[in-house]
Amino acid sequence: MLWDVTVIGGGIAGLCAAIAARRGGAAVRLLEAAPRPLRGGNARHGRNFRLTHETPLDYVPDTYTAAELRAELRCTTGDTDRALTELLIERADSIAGWLIDHGVHLQPPGTGVMPYSRRTAFPLGGGKAMINALYATANRMGVAISYDSEARSLQRAKDEGWTINVRSAGADAAIRTRSVVVCAGGPGADPAWLREKFGSAAEGWMVRGTPYSDGRLLDLLIAAGGCAIGDPTTCHVVPVDARGPQFDGGIVTRITSIPLGLVVDRSGARIDVAGAGSQPTHYAKWGPRIATCPGQLAYLILDTDGLARAAPSALAPITAPGLSDLAAMLAIDPAALLQNIDHFNATPANAARTITEPPFAAYPMRPGLTFVHYGIKVDPTMRVVQADGSRHDDLFAAGMIMAANVLRRGYLAGLGITLSAVFGQIAGEEAARHVRG
Amino acid sequence: MSAADPMLEAERVLRICSACMYCDGLCPVFPAIDGKHGFDLSDVSYLSNLCHNCQGCWHDCQYAPPHPFAVNLPATFAELRQRSYADHLWPPILGRAFRASSLAVPATVALALLISFALVLGTGSPEALRATHAGEGAFYRVLPWPAMAGLAAATFGWAVIAVTLATLRYWRTIAPKTTISEIVRALPVALSDIITLRHLGGGGPGCHDHDERTSQRRRILHHLTAGGFVLSGLSTIVASAYHHLLGVMAPYPVASLPVMLGLGGGVTMTIGAVGLLGLEAWADPAPSDRGETRLNVAFLILLALVGASGLAVLGFRSTPAMGLLLTTHLGLVFGLFAALPFSKALHAPFRAAALLRAAIDSQRRASARAPDAASDSP
Repeated sequence: MLWDVTVIGGGIAGLCAAIAARRGGAAVRLLEAAPRPLRGGNARHGRNFRLTHETPLDYVPDTYTAAELRAELRCTTGDTDRALTELLIERADSIAGWLIDHGVHLQPPGTGVMPYSRRTAFPLGGGKAMINALYATANRMGVAISYDSEARSLQRAKDEGWTINVRSAGADAAIRTRSVVVCAGGPGADPAWLREKFGSAAEGWMVRGTPYSDGRLLDLLIAAGGCAIGDPTTCHVVPVDARGPQFDGGIVTRITSIPLGLVVDRSGARIDVAGAGSQPTHYAKWGPRIATCPGQLAYLILDTDGLARAAPSALAPITAPGLSDLAAMLAIDPAALLQNIDHFNATPANAARTITEPPFAAYPMRPGLTFVHYGIKVDPTMRVVQADGSRHDDLFAAGMIMAANVLRRGYLAGLGITLSAVFGQIAGEEAARHVRG
Repeated sequence: MSAADPMLEAERVLRICSACMYCDGLCPVFPAIDGKHGFDLSDVSYLSNLCHNCQGCWHDCQYAPPHPFAVNLPATFAELRQRSYADHLWPPILGRAFRASSLAVPATVALALLISFALVLGTGSPEALRATHAGEGAFYRVLPWPAMAGLAAATFGWAVIAVTLATLRYWRTIAPKTTISEIVRALPVALSDIITLRHLGGGGPGCHDHDERTSQRRRILHHLTAGGFVLSGLSTIVASAYHHLLGVMAPYPVASLPVMLGLGGGVTMTIGAVGLLGLEAWADPAPSDRGETRLNVAFLILLALVGASGLAVLGFRSTPAMGLLLTTHLGLVFGLFAALPFSKALHAPFRAAALLRAAIDSQRRASARAPDAASDSP
C-alpha cells in the first residue's frame, strides 16, 4: 500500500498533522513509537496552551492580543524566524476552536481551582485528556494508527515519495508513502545524546517528559542533509525531585518551594542563584545551577513553617526532628550544614525565611530537562530545509522538533502545545495539498 | 510503587494528585485536596464518597500505569468507599454482613421470600396461591392486610432507622466544624448536585463507561433507576391514601393514580437497573474494584427483580398466576428493605453527606479567595 501522508510521531503535532491531512482528503498513516498507554508525546504532560483572543471566550477570560504575544515572544526568545513567528501568532487565535471542533473539551474559567490566565486555555482533565480526544477523532476519521512503531530509517524512494523502515514489536517492515511529516518531538530524552552534548554531567539529569522524544528522527533528518537550527546545549532545565522516575515525572516532581528555604550541595555548602527571586521563572534559573553541583545533586532544606507554605509535591519530603539527624539522613556533613544554616539565619533574605522551627524537611533535587532549543529548520510550509537551502517538496516537520525556529531560548507558558498544534496543522494541510493537488 | 494498605495507597496517590491538579475541572474531589500535604482517615472517608466513579481521572491521568507512579484513583477510592460503609454501619455488627454483601443481600432476600410464602400458606390455604382473585381486596385474599402492612412497616422502619443512624455516624466522621447557618446556605448547592447527579458529568462530557470515550449513559440510567424508585414509593403512598382516606382497597384500575405511578416507576426502574447492570458488565476492570462491582451487581439485580415482579403482578393480576407473582413481589420488596442498610443503597446518603461537606468547603473557599494573581509558569 502506498500512503499519501505518513506522520511519524503521535504527540500533539502529529495528531494535528494527521487530522489536518485526513481532512484534506489524504490516506493517512500515523506511527507512534510509544505503546498505547504512553502515547501522546509530551503533550500528555501539558496543562495549558497559549492563545490570542480579542474578547473573553467561554474558555479564557479577558483579552490577549496578537501584539502582546508578539512582544512577549520577542522579549523571551530574541530574534528568530520572522515568517514562522508571524504564522504562529496569526494562527494562535484559531487553535482553541480547531481543537474543540476535533473533540477536545476546555475547562471554563472559574471552575475547579485552576489559576487565572488570560493567555492560556486549559484542556479539561489536562493534556492526556486532550490527546485521548484527538486520537478518538483521528481514529473516527479513518487515520490508520500504529502504536509501538518506531521509524528506524527514512529513504527517498526511486520513483516517488519515501520508504520508512518501521520496527514494531521486534519486527521490521517497510512503509511506502508519498509524503512524510516528522513530528517526533525535540531531542533530549536519549541519555546517550545528552552525554554527547553535555558531557558526563548529563548522567545526573532526569528527563521530565516522554522517553520517546529521543532525537533519533532529528538525527536522521540531519544525516539526510537537513539543516539544524538552534543550539543543542541550550535547554530548559528545572529542579526536580531526585527520587522521582528517570523519565515522565512531568509536573508533580518539580520542586517549587526553593524560595522558602535554603539549598545546599552534598558537601553541605550553600548554593545560591543571584536574582532567581521567587517569580515562577526561578525554576529555570535553578535547574542549570543544580546541574553544576557535584553529582548534579542538591538539597532544599525547609523548616516546618517553610514546608507548610510549600506547594505539595509528589513525594513526601525527608523529615527529621533535628538538623543533625536530617544531615545524617542525607549523608551530608552535619557540622557544615549547621554552620551554613546558622549563617543563613543570621542574614536572612527576608525575616520570614529562616530555618528554625523543627521538624525539618529536605527535598533532594536533580536537574530535570524539559526541552532543548535545537531542531530542524523548516520553511513556512513546514518543509524541511536542507543545509544547501533546497527542500524536498514531500518532507515536512512540525512540533517540538522544529520549535527552535521560533523559540531559540527561554520559554513562554503554554507555547509548546500551541506551536505544535499550529505547525502540525499547517504541515498536515500542506502534505495533503501536495499529494492531492 | 503502589502500597498494599489502601490507606497508605490513598495517601501516596492523593499526594501526587494534589501536586498535579490537572483534573481539577472533572469533579469536586480535586478542589477538595488542593494544596493539601497530608490525608487522614476522615479526609479519605470523605473524598472516597465524594468520588462518583466517573473514571475521568483514570483515563486522563498522565501517571496511570504503566507509569511507575501507577496512579489509579477510582480503584483506590472504590476500595476505601466500601471500608467507609462498613466502618459506619448501624448496628456495627452489620459491618460483617456488609463485607460479604454479595452473600448477605441474596440471603436476606431469600429469607424474606421464604417468610412471605410461609405467611401466605399459613394464613390461608395453598389454594390462595393458585386461585384467580378479582375485585376489591383481591391482593389481601392472598396475604391478609395486617400481615402485608406489618411486614412492610417492619422492614421499611428498620431500613430507615439503620440507614439514618449509619449516615449520622458517617457525617460525624467527615463533618467540618460548622454552624447551622453555614449548612443552610450550602444546602441548595448540595441538593442540586444530588438531584442532578452533576458529577456523573465528569465536568461536562460525562462518564467513561468502557474506554477513553465519554457518554451520559450512566447519568441517564441512574436517573431512571432512582426516579423509578421514587415513583414506586409515591405509588405506595397514594395507594395507602386511597385505602385509609378514601376507603378503596387495591387492586386499583389501570387508569388510577397508584397504578399509573407504579407502572411508570416499575418500567423506568427496571430499565435503569438493567442498563446499569449492562454498564457493569461492559466496564473496564482496571479502574474498578471487584468488591464494589459485586456490591453494585447485587443491588441492581435486586432492584430489577423488584421492578419486574411488580410489573408482572400488574400484567397478570386477573389470572391464576397473580397469587404467586404477588407473593414473590412482596417477598422481594421486604427483602430489599431488610437488606437496604448493608447494600449499595448506602452510597446515596453517604454521597449526599459528602456533597454537603463539599458545598460548605467550597463556600468557604469562595469567601476566602482573594483576587488571584496571574500564574503562567511552565
